[in-house]
Amino acid sequence: MGSARLARLHGLFAAYKPPGLKWKHLRDTMELQLLKGLNAGKPPAPEQRVRFLLGPMEGSEKKELTLTATSVPTLTSHPLVCGPAFTSLKIGVGHRLDAQASGVLVFGVGQGCRLLTDMYNVHLTKDYTVRGLLGKATDDFREDGRLVEKTTYDHVTREKLDRILAMIQGSHQKALVTYSNLDLKTQEAYEMAVRGLIRPMNKSPMLITGIRCLHFAPPEFLLEVQCMHETQKQLRKLVHEIGLELKTTAVCTQVRRTRDGIFTLDDALLRTQWDLHSVLDAIQAAAPRVAAELEKSLRLELDTQQLPSPRWPWDSEGPSSALGLESDVGH
Amino acid sequence: MALSAQQIPRWFNSIKLSSFINATQLTKRCTRPGKTLLHGFSAQLPMSSDNCFLQWGFKTYRTSSLWNSSQSTNLNGQESNSTQSTLLPSVNEQSQETQKIPSFDSELSLEGLDDLPPLSPLQPVSEEEAIQIIADPPLPPVSFTLRDYVDHSETLRKLVLLVAYLRSKNFSKTDISQMVRNAPFLLNFSVERLDNRLGFFQKELELSVKKTRDLVVRLPRLLTGSLEPVKENMKVYRLELGFKRNEIQHMITRIPKMLTANKRKLTETFDYLHNVMNIPHHIIVKFPQVFNTRLFKVKERHLFLSYLGRAQYDPAKPNYISLDKLVSIPDEIFCEEIAKASVQDFEKFLKTL
Repeated sequence: MGSARLARLHGLFAAYKPPGLKWKHLRDTMELQLLKGLNAGKPPAPEQRVRFLLGPMEGSEKKELTLTATSVPTLTSHPLVCGPAFTSLKIGVGHRLDAQASGVLVFGVGQGCRLLTDMYNVHLTKDYTVRGLLGKATDDFREDGRLVEKTTYDHVTREKLDRILAMIQGSHQKALVTYSNLDLKTQEAYEMAVRGLIRPMNKSPMLITGIRCLHFAPPEFLLEVQCMHETQKQLRKLVHEIGLELKTTAVCTQVRRTRDGIFTLDDALLRTQWDLHSVLDAIQAAAPRVAAELEKSLRLELDTQQLPSPRWPWDSEGPSSALGLESDVGH
Repeated sequence: MALSAQQIPRWFNSIKLSSFINATQLTKRCTRPGKTLLHGFSAQLPMSSDNCFLQWGFKTYRTSSLWNSSQSTNLNGQESNSTQSTLLPSVNEQSQETQKIPSFDSELSLEGLDDLPPLSPLQPVSEEEAIQIIADPPLPPVSFTLRDYVDHSETLRKLVLLVAYLRSKNFSKTDISQMVRNAPFLLNFSVERLDNRLGFFQKELELSVKKTRDLVVRLPRLLTGSLEPVKENMKVYRLELGFKRNEIQHMITRIPKMLTANKRKLTETFDYLHNVMNIPHHIIVKFPQVFNTRLFKVKERHLFLSYLGRAQYDPAKPNYISLDKLVSIPDEIFCEEIAKASVQDFEKFLKTL
């Protein structure tokens, strides 16, 4: 029973990491919960073996002890004898989230850990909502850090903010092309660049593929960022730099990942769903999409090896789905 | 008639023996069994050799076999090992008298043996002498209760004293069994230590005797655990969190676990309750179970309620939500009755945090 479920426990799934929880603790909690679920099932019926037991013979008047052949269960695989059947699981974490950030965190279980590396190599973008607060500057760009400076922000308008964001996006677009090692002189590459389908497929610094302001109510503002090869600290630094560009200061109050590759908020499991049953369902639901994505990237890689100019895939569902998601999320 | 162990060697020497073993073998054989026997057994002698064989356990197995096999005297051994020179003349004296006596029974007489000096317990004893030592009636090998063994075991005596002490403090039998089941280390305590611990809790918490008893029965690991965290927590409640003594007493009688709770988690929970949710002290005291719940649960539910505009914790105002309803009820009932929203809305909200 347990081994049947263990056989299905291979693949990728996503959990929603709440703020204030370290990613490692989440991974350990997930492992514990999965092991609990696996060990909770009824153990298989124990094997029987034939033993000759001493016992009083029935039907005889004299009280004699005779050996009778009886089938008794072996206790070698009983959980009270040798402990629970499952003691550890291979669980890997995809792109990490630091303690204060929240959002979609991808896990790989069993054979899925290999898929984690493959998904990393596809270099898909991630979506974040970043909430900022004007008027303060702290040393670690967070709201609860040590205060460095306080400024006024009355002069900040929505237009100024949008202009700054467009400037940022433009500069990062240039960086995208540079880091993707693409020869722009070819026709295919130029067409792809025009359509905005270029991104680097190897290590690069943080690159923002899209950024826009969703909500502006001074001193608070809400940004939606699509990026790759980022860390949450760099996103907070981005908020700080936006504040500096606006000739004021800003700190970041919330960093929330809404999409990691193909896993969105809808796929993420909440704390109440961190158990074996929900995880198995989530793995099953995500498996075809993961397979499709990996196959697409593999096919394109093979294509690019044949063609003179590299044809890089672009996560075309990215921006539109992110837009769609943001409108669903209640604010 | 009983002979003292001191008087054994004298007439043993006079027993006629068939074979003689050399002195070294004798000393080896005779001293060791004799010494063990003398340590373990009292100085009473059996009336007959049959009795002495029956009444001994495994200890006598070796000596009885030696006795049967060797049939030797420690005459030579005694002479070489004994520290008292008066044995030698006594041997000569006794040999004439006891040669007449064929069996052991009649030889076990006290006549004419009073004038001899006593022997030290470390005196090597011959096998014949050793066999004649009587032991106390031994422990029954099988018993249904431990009562038979209490006199012989220090551990059992201590346990009896401990239970007697607890009974004297008006702990009922079910109380004691519950305490021992939840904190077995209690049995390792001495009466003094237990007394100290009970006294500490009575003084520190300033509760009545009955309430202290209830507290200890509900959470016996208070007694077995370290007292430092309890002292720390009492200080935290009084000085850092600002609760009054009667408030602390009320909370502890409701939730004894608060005495051993983690200091950091306590302060974090209290900080959120008091400063973010703006709940005054007297309401927190009414619902101490908030200190027993995980902080994230309190935070999530409070944020959801404040998002919906239903975060009202003042009993005077309408739409008041009590703290125990906030933390103790499961999610579905909380969403439907308190928040008046669906569980899906709650989940969507959680994904925006």
